[in-house]
Amino acid sequence: MKWLVATVAETIPETASAVTIRLDVPDWPGHSAGQHVDLRLTAEDGYQAQRSYSIASPPGSAQLELTVVRIEDGEVSPYLAGDLDVGDQIELRGPIGGYFVWVGSDDRPVLLAGGGSGVVPLMAMLRHHAATGSGAAMHLVYSARTAADVLYQDELAKLADDPHRAVTITLTRQGDTGWAGRRGRVDADLLADAGWPPTVGPHCYVCGPDTFVEGVANVLVAMGHDQRNVKTERFGPTGG
Amino acid sequence: MGIVNRGFKGRHRQAGAGLIPPGQYLVDDFPVLTAGPTQFTPLEEWDFTIVDESGTQAARWTWDQFRTLPAEDITVDIHCVTKWSKLGTHWRGVSVDTLIGNIETSAEYVVAVCDGGYTTNLPLADLLDGQAWVAFGYGGEELESEHGGPARLLVPHLYFWKSAKWVRGLQLRTEDEPGFWESVGYHNYGDPWREQRYWGD
Repeated sequence: MKWLVATVAETIPETASAVTIRLDVPDWPGHSAGQHVDLRLTAEDGYQAQRSYSIASPPGSAQLELTVVRIEDGEVSPYLAGDLDVGDQIELRGPIGGYFVWVGSDDRPVLLAGGGSGVVPLMAMLRHHAATGSGAAMHLVYSARTAADVLYQDELAKLADDPHRAVTITLTRQGDTGWAGRRGRVDADLLADAGWPPTVGPHCYVCGPDTFVEGVANVLVAMGHDQRNVKTERFGPTGG
Repeated sequence: MGIVNRGFKGRHRQAGAGLIPPGQYLVDDFPVLTAGPTQFTPLEEWDFTIVDESGTQAARWTWDQFRTLPAEDITVDIHCVTKWSKLGTHWRGVSVDTLIGNIETSAEYVVAVCDGGYTTNLPLADLLDGQAWVAFGYGGEELESEHGGPARLLVPHLYFWKSAKWVRGLQLRTEDEPGFWESVGYHNYGDPWREQRYWGD
């Protein structure tokens, strides 16, 4: 797969530790919602490092958007989320991953469950749903540590203002006395409230850290969902 | 291509330099990657089968039978296509030579089949001569479900998606047939030292 040269068109702060990078990518072949890219950084002495990042922008958008959460001791994310400027060039290739994708080819309901920055590929699915006016019901369950960590908060509120879409955010860390929404982990109760019974056969997409994905996927299977309907994408805390 | 990211330094002198294939970085933990939920097959329902190229079952072991086969301790470096590498991992398992060494076959390819429907394809030659195992132990313990227990394929010289979790059998094939990831954009062979991550690499 060919490496492409992307140019940073805009950087948009999302939270204290997360930035959305909007890229112009000539020759971008297009992607499906849920896919990712490999980025390659090159130091002045030729040293290179690669990492994968989920695509946040929906298929067909003029620019490619990645949302990067800074991992403090990471090798790549502090550079992307802190040093990258408009006009900088960066190498990438993709799209990668042909399984964790929602193309909207049917009207079956869709349950999205995201933990932390695992919401990024799910955001591409929600945006694709909105852009195509899909008649499928799509519900996002999104677990964040604190209200200040919630990505895309305003846009999620707007996306949820539609009869076919719903967004439930739950906070896992105590505090945030001003938070009126859900608290606690994504468990069977929350998934039953926000999702659909197994008989409906919803597509389920689960993305986040290992522990989040393991927990949510196991609960969905225990609830009776056909495991072929449960697609997972995991990332560890390492590397970033 | 000549792109230099000004101000990017990276961790040049990381431990393991020379042991890590291009584009990889070293980790100390053991990340988990799966396309779907973890599989939990009870040991009394577990078996391992070899099916030959005519579709005939050529060998079958229950869990208890499998565990009486000669096992080896294996120390290898592993490389995941998602960029992490882990050095000096300790496994215990049965060599694939032990499992299919006595089976008469003209097949040149293998599809590994797993609980949950996962498959991966490999040349038979890559599974023989001490290059591959069906591993049931990791780090001195039983292999955890999350990492593919009770048993997974271990083919450390290829990207780790070839080391299929929850493996239940090997199907010998005369024709190569792309497996799960190989059908959706990942390289058919997957040599980390040649950075064969995706189609066309």
